Amino acid sequence: MAFELPQLEYAYDALEPHIDARTMEIHHTKHHATYTANLNGAVEGTELEGQSIETILANISKHSVAVRNNGGGFYNHNLFWTVMSPNGGGKPSGELASAIDKAFGSFDALKETFNKAAATRFGSGWAWLVKQADGTLAVTSSANQDNPLMDIADVKGTPILGLDVWEHAYYLHYQNKRPDYIGAFWNVVNWDEVTRRFKV
Amino acid sequence: MSFELPKLPYALNALEPVISQKTLEFHYGKHHQAYVNNLNNLIKGTEFENADLDTIVKKSEGGIFNNGAQVWNHTFYFMSFKPNGGGEPKGALAEAINSTFGSFDKFKEEFSAAAATVFGSGWAWLVKNDAGALSIVKESNAGNPLRDGLTPILTCDVWEHAYYLDKQNLRPKYIEEFFSILDWDVVSARY
Repeated sequence: MAFELPQLEYAYDALEPHIDARTMEIHHTKHHATYTANLNGAVEGTELEGQSIETILANISKHSVAVRNNGGGFYNHNLFWTVMSPNGGGKPSGELASAIDKAFGSFDALKETFNKAAATRFGSGWAWLVKQADGTLAVTSSANQDNPLMDIADVKGTPILGLDVWEHAYYLHYQNKRPDYIGAFWNVVNWDEVTRRFKV
Repeated sequence: MSFELPKLPYALNALEPVISQKTLEFHYGKHHQAYVNNLNNLIKGTEFENADLDTIVKKSEGGIFNNGAQVWNHTFYFMSFKPNGGGEPKGALAEAINSTFGSFDKFKEEFSAAAATVFGSGWAWLVKNDAGALSIVKESNAGNPLRDGLTPILTCDVWEHAYYLDKQNLRPKYIEEFFSILDWDVVSARY
């Protein structure tokens, strides 16, 4: 079965003023759609056809550059849309809040670490909050469309929160001011979804 | 030694509609300027404090390399343009392009394909080696062919900040129009 571009659970303008409608629409209907189509093209007729995206990414060192770039682009944007919500923001609670305090000292310290990872990723890429194999949390960043599920990642684990810092994610609204975009992101983080991913 | 943002030989609106004034205000006025400022701050108290930019590009690593090479790359890129540019190269560069790629159109096709397929942020380059032979190379992020002993002749910036305000996701359209603002006199002189 071919990979499908997911629908968003909110309107393109629902994250304004933090992320503008035009950016959301182009990001979803052009960039994400292209990764999805190119991933399908890259796996069609190969042994990867029918594998889950998670399985493909876990063995990415064995696959082509096209599968790496487009598979990562497909997965990363799928995650990105779900960890944002017009009703987002605030702070996590419960087990996730405890795990954050344990790993970083406080929620504010997590934000600081995550913001730095996102701001200092040179060129295109992503910042991640990752649940590692031993259950502890870590912050990392990856270049281009790589992610922590890939067997080539510096910090491996299950991404539970991701922030796209490709310029296409923010340039129409924030231009060179990436730190402003990163700061605004916290207003739309869907902690229910991040918590769900943490508990899986 | 302190580096400075070079003056552009044209007005910020002179490359419209290919590159808008707004794009140049950010790309030149903010990004290029930030690379200059960062470089000046980073080299203080290091072995590169009094180095020239070519040396920094060839020898440094990490933040000094990223900012130094981005200063070099952007200056090289911005100096390749003029209003009402375009056309084709003449003289020795034209001959070298014809003998290497078959024709100017074939060169454009190969250079455009290289620029379109840099994944993520980066640059496409036309370079020559010590023997004068031309080739096309792709570099990620701040990458610069000087580090491989090659001499840059032409470059196209395919970081999204170079075209996103004007063309959004349509990078191929930006690359196609890029050829219409090139100053081939400047580019040919580099060969």
